[in-house]
Amino acid sequence: MAKPYAKLPGWVDYGLIPLVNLAVAFAVSGLVVLLVGENPLRAAVLMVEGAFSTGDGIGYTLFYATNFIFTGLCVAVAFHCGLFNIGGEGQAYVGGLGVAIGALTFGAALPWWINLPIATLLAAAMGALWALIPAYLQAKRGSHIVITTIMFNFIAASLMVWLLVGMLKPAGLMAPETRRFADGAVLPRLDWLIEMFGFTIRSAPFNITFLLALASAYGVWVLIWRTRLGYEIRTMGFSPTAAKYAGINQTRIIVITMMISGALAGMMALNPVMGAQNRLQLDFVTGAGFVGIAVALMGRSHPAGIIPAAILFGMLYQGGAEIAFEMPAISRDMIVIIQGLVILFAGALEHMFRPAISAFFGRIATSEMKAAPATTGETH
Amino acid sequence: MAEYAIELEGINKSFGPVRANRDIELRVERGTIHGIIGENGAGKSTLMSILYGFYQADSGKIKVNGETVTINTPNHAIDLGIGMVHQHFMLVENFTVLENVMLGAEGAQLLRGGISHARGELERLEHEYSLDVDPDGIIQELPVGLQQRVEILKALYRGAEILILDEPTGVLTPAEADHLFRILKQLKEQGKTIVLITHKLREIMAVTDNVSVMRQGTMVATRRTADTSVEELAELMVGRRVLLRVEKGEPTVGETKLRVESLTVKDSRGVTMVDNVSLDVRAGEIVGIAGVAGNGQSHLIEAITGIRRAQTGRVLLDGEPIGVTGEADPNLLRHRGLAHVPEDRHHMGLVLAFEENENAILGYHDDDKYLSGPMLNIAAIRADAEKKITKYDIRPPNPRLKTANFSGGNQQKIVLAREMERDPIVLIVGQPTRGVDVGAIEFIHKRIIEMRDQGKAVLLVSVELDEIRSLSDRILVMFAGRIVGERTPDATEGELGLLMAGVEGDKAEAAE
Repeated sequence: MAKPYAKLPGWVDYGLIPLVNLAVAFAVSGLVVLLVGENPLRAAVLMVEGAFSTGDGIGYTLFYATNFIFTGLCVAVAFHCGLFNIGGEGQAYVGGLGVAIGALTFGAALPWWINLPIATLLAAAMGALWALIPAYLQAKRGSHIVITTIMFNFIAASLMVWLLVGMLKPAGLMAPETRRFADGAVLPRLDWLIEMFGFTIRSAPFNITFLLALASAYGVWVLIWRTRLGYEIRTMGFSPTAAKYAGINQTRIIVITMMISGALAGMMALNPVMGAQNRLQLDFVTGAGFVGIAVALMGRSHPAGIIPAAILFGMLYQGGAEIAFEMPAISRDMIVIIQGLVILFAGALEHMFRPAISAFFGRIATSEMKAAPATTGETH
Repeated sequence: MAEYAIELEGINKSFGPVRANRDIELRVERGTIHGIIGENGAGKSTLMSILYGFYQADSGKIKVNGETVTINTPNHAIDLGIGMVHQHFMLVENFTVLENVMLGAEGAQLLRGGISHARGELERLEHEYSLDVDPDGIIQELPVGLQQRVEILKALYRGAEILILDEPTGVLTPAEADHLFRILKQLKEQGKTIVLITHKLREIMAVTDNVSVMRQGTMVATRRTADTSVEELAELMVGRRVLLRVEKGEPTVGETKLRVESLTVKDSRGVTMVDNVSLDVRAGEIVGIAGVAGNGQSHLIEAITGIRRAQTGRVLLDGEPIGVTGEADPNLLRHRGLAHVPEDRHHMGLVLAFEENENAILGYHDDDKYLSGPMLNIAAIRADAEKKITKYDIRPPNPRLKTANFSGGNQQKIVLAREMERDPIVLIVGQPTRGVDVGAIEFIHKRIIEMRDQGKAVLLVSVELDEIRSLSDRILVMFAGRIVGERTPDATEGELGLLMAGVEGDKAEAAE
């Protein structure tokens, strides 16, 4: 039977529809701003200016975006296997433990370009390990991965608190954090990249993990669309029965996919821990794991969509902080509302405008068909 | 009273750029059985969904009993006296017959009054149309034929004067289908109007007064059934002459390539689905398994191909046992020469969201020629897909197109090309032409016979008795998980039908 909605041109599917969704999200956000008695236009200007007009603004935007690229990729890889990994938050948190172990052990002895791969491996390994148990429970016992990964977020949070107030904290320090890493474990900043465009940057911790995030995005694309493993992951994600028919070992694929997903979340820890704070602090993930879900939804689980979506959310974070600073009536929580609206329209209500847009392009296509001489019914 | 129960004038309906219905004209005379026939995707179901209020037409006029109406919801349709019996029953499985019949017409917040009213009404209807069903029977415990009867009762209970039946015989045995036709004729005599949607020409000839043929969204012809023939209708459906009977020579049978010994398979609830089945398939022959859907055929195929674990028994592929009771690996079996065209191509044989070329390697994706290291060799995969597209005339010939955008027949050709081009020893084919247009059926049947003539052992499972009879060299009939008889292809349909309904072999012969 005919499909309800015919295929749309690529630029509509991947360009116009997300833009329409975004526009509506901002329009509704504008109403919210209006409601608290501020000028929504001024808020919008503040947000864009705060995120993109200064070197530091851009630096912070891209710093946040780096986190979201990693967590977005984490969610996307699991999506391709039909798994909903909500545990990015916890996996990233435990990944931070891996970073800290590497940085504290080798920070003084080795230069950054050896410490970075060591910390990356440790972070990825810890993140993967944190995803392994839910994955195994899903594959072998059928325990729903959404439930188990959420629970593992709580376990991760408690574990890290226990470690940070206990064995990781140097004696005499009041704050629950590790000692500062030695210079060998401080990642170089990418200030030159922003200065290239004529901006100056002072405080923003925009660092080399951004490039690692871009490389990971490319790596994920290769993995999903160009390797045999990726083929098996996608088969499994689209149709578990077809995967069974094809002789794909489902347990193996679920476990491997979740470990890759967890590893990507774990690598997110490099950016704040080694790139900015240079110590392991409590709650350094600050919700990036959850934002990753929105980023993956908005980016259609494709790296080429995840990167712009991550930058958009980076802008919301940075520009939002700017609004909160400039407009007293708009608190930090209002910014969360705006972010929530973007997630709502770009993610959850993604299909709201699709039928209308689809019908519109359908009419165009039909009128084109009428203009051209009708084809006779001899083809199948 | 107007002469026509339903008149459709200039109905158009598009889904995006796809025009499912174009300028449809249809007149259904009151008190007749009107058949609508067409290939899958011809727009029959869309048209009926418009009439039943699931979709709204983009343009056009609907008249019921001579009055122009707009039907926006199924409830409108019901108010106008239109009832629909769906292809997939819309029944609550763990409710009783009575509860299902009164569903949506309960009468009040409290059920008590409604129930006794409904019971009386149901008994009257059952009596009037001799549609016997126990009002207190639980739906899931009833045979399919009776469930369908409940659907009809449900429509009548809601006061339907016009009944639409969408592919009603797909799940029935020939005997049950005949019974259904008797019911329809009786309903007609009582003045009801019946619209019968089907793609089976035989049914049209057997039961309808008039028949309309749809092709690619248009209504191409309406005929009095008495004035037309199966050949003419088939030609109208496809737009060209069709070979209905398959040409095939005598088989040259070799040695046994697939042997199944006392195979027993239970489903996840522990119910025995395949009960001590033994069979042989020799090189160069087609063995057909006939049976009503749900009698264990699917479980049998899945066990042989390693998708489902069997409880006891042995399967030998080319003389070597395959571990059907242990960890049989579909992948390994494939490489040992067991090709499998699954019954359900949408969920098993294909990944609809994939590009065509990606589906062309499903199951063979670990083959060296499609890989370079851990990477897929995209160039080789696409070149291979192009070759198969040419050889199997898959349209449109675009290996990058999403599989869901191919028609049913072309999707099936993608699966067949993948499985047949591996030069297997044994080919297992489930429902090769389900949801496939007539033109492609011819092609698929020819290819299956070619495989036989190349000396492959072919095991064919189909619920289409005509297909089994025209392709098979030997026919096994499966009922309730057991093989209840073996027949030659010249066995009559009646005889096979009785076997399929579970009547013992010798009785079936006696009944002939």
